[in-house]
Amino acid sequence: MEKFTTLSGIAAPMDMMNVDTDQIIPKLHLRTIKRTGLGKVVFDELRFNADGSEKPDFVLNREPYRRASILVAGDNFGCGSSREHAPWALLDFGIRCIIATSFADIFYNNCFKNGILPVTVGKDDWRLLLNDAANPKSPGLTVDLEALKITRPNGDPITFEIDGFRRDCLLNGLDDIGLTLQKADKIDAFETVQREQQPWLYAPAPRNKERRCDEPANPVR
Amino acid sequence: MTSPQTLFDKIWQSHVVDVQDDGTAILYIDRHLLHEVLSPQAFEGLRLAGRQLRRRDATLAVADHNVPTTDRRQGIEDPESRLQVETLSINCKEFDVPIFDMLDPRQGIVHVIGPEQGFTLPGTTVVCCDSHTATHGAFGALAFGIGTSEGEHVLATQTLRTSKPKNMRVLVDNPLPLGCTGKDLILTIIGHIGTAGGTGHIVEYVGRAFRDLSMEGRMTVSNMTIEAGARAGLIAPDDKTFDYLKGRPMAPQGAQWDAAVAYWRTLKSDDGAAYDREVWIDAADIAPQVTWGTSPEDVVPITGVVPDPQDAPTEAKRAAMRRSLDYMGLTPGTRMTDVSIDNVFIGSCTNSRMEDLRAAADILRGRRVAAHVDAMVSPGSSIIKQQAEAEGLDHVFIAAGFQWRESGCSMCLGMNPDRVPPGKRCASTSNRNFEGRQGRDARTHLVSPAMAAAAAVRGRLTDVRQLAR
Repeated sequence: MEKFTTLSGIAAPMDMMNVDTDQIIPKLHLRTIKRTGLGKVVFDELRFNADGSEKPDFVLNREPYRRASILVAGDNFGCGSSREHAPWALLDFGIRCIIATSFADIFYNNCFKNGILPVTVGKDDWRLLLNDAANPKSPGLTVDLEALKITRPNGDPITFEIDGFRRDCLLNGLDDIGLTLQKADKIDAFETVQREQQPWLYAPAPRNKERRCDEPANPVR
Repeated sequence: MTSPQTLFDKIWQSHVVDVQDDGTAILYIDRHLLHEVLSPQAFEGLRLAGRQLRRRDATLAVADHNVPTTDRRQGIEDPESRLQVETLSINCKEFDVPIFDMLDPRQGIVHVIGPEQGFTLPGTTVVCCDSHTATHGAFGALAFGIGTSEGEHVLATQTLRTSKPKNMRVLVDNPLPLGCTGKDLILTIIGHIGTAGGTGHIVEYVGRAFRDLSMEGRMTVSNMTIEAGARAGLIAPDDKTFDYLKGRPMAPQGAQWDAAVAYWRTLKSDDGAAYDREVWIDAADIAPQVTWGTSPEDVVPITGVVPDPQDAPTEAKRAAMRRSLDYMGLTPGTRMTDVSIDNVFIGSCTNSRMEDLRAAADILRGRRVAAHVDAMVSPGSSIIKQQAEAEGLDHVFIAAGFQWRESGCSMCLGMNPDRVPPGKRCASTSNRNFEGRQGRDARTHLVSPAMAAAAAVRGRLTDVRQLAR
């Protein structure tokens, strides 16, 4: 995962509430088995007509927002499906930071796993940042994760908060699976106790076999 | 003395492996479900890092999202979809994950087969790279959707790193009125608290309305908890839960069954347990529900009208409503029962179980689908399909003019060829009415199975109570 320390870039305004993950990346693009290459179809149905031509009004089809690395989005951004294709597609387009008044829980978690910083700000600060972003001549915003601070084009700072562990992982580009595996002895100990108390959670799983089309289904009462 | 705990507190506490200095927990995961669409990148991650699956006995995979619901012996036509389904089989073989492939007689929608096999058990933690994992909360399991990277973390470590959400209680007193189902109950709740109303919380559903529901109805309620923003919705297990699970292939057997039930009976919130947020609704006020917009919170009773954006409290909400109405092609003030429909879909992890199929068939028996309506039903699992056929329900659906399909996610998200055509309007028993969800420019109205059947017969949104027998 790429580190996130400080980001200066163009911020695109997207003043819509409840933008869901179906809008960020429609289902037809979930057929991929890769993480990359989804930037060209991020926000597909908002961004393109059915014939593939661009919708000129959509913010990411306008200059300078085609080069945006920050998105200033509305309430409850990323609601709906757990598809991690949503942050993958945003990242592949070039978005590294999303600023909103609130995020859906699963999308919020998914961002951190992919080097994207989701920043939650209050309504008043959000309004200021949206207005900054809406000015196409604006030099953009600077987001400093170390200092937990957004700097507006006029130099005014806006502070934000973030969970400490997630911040460390982003700042250092850490693989949290590796960190957890360092606790393998604790996981082993947990399993030993649980197996004693709830042995039914450790029953052998069915073996995979070459499927037979005439195999009878399991009985259902 | 420990202070009184909620059901969620108890399950959480019994799964904490370690707590970090910053309060983040390493939470043990008992059950991990996988499907073909959101797992390939997780397996790829394991492969690249040279890691193994930690527990095959806690993991189960199934092909459901991207499989055809027509004759499967023909294979999958779309090359990308075929590759994705094949990739699941290849990954499961390489990492030795138990799998129900597309042609397995136990195949079905991941959130239907988990309970059906007895893989889902009370008091467990259950995850899947799918937001509707909330379904399993109906069994008193802490079940929630995760992303693919988190799924990779679970495959490798059987744990998740996460901070503890807050407690929320939704109390619904009194029995549901006639004609109302679990679907109408959960749509009412979502309309009440909003699509972000449960964000950051785990919901516990308590009260007569939930106790009265069958396990199928409870699964419908828990399933759509995510549409209110909460990742999990729990219902304390009771005798209905145990009766449902007894004898299932992966449920405990013999002496272990008795020990398990004894433990499961302790899984309820203590008197006086504190919740961060409480919501109360009187079931007596609930009528059959239907959505009018593009968010599950956009819901009204079938006796209602399309709402007017002018009446919304904020400009942001007014703008969202105008956008929704424009997409849906609806005019404020129109009676919901005057809205004509083109498609009907009965299926999805929300409403595709035996009770759902029986309720729809009861409306359809001896009636015909309106001439202009294209209607289909996709049972929640291949076992349910077989059972419905044993009861003759397939004949009822087919005689009425429905297409009787194989099991899968199908037209709920339209990854396979089952889609609502552009501009067409669908009465659907699924869970999301988002823009483009059932197909580009498709218009979705979420309803219960009986309401969907009634809409199919009349060719427009219909109050099922007018057709009930």
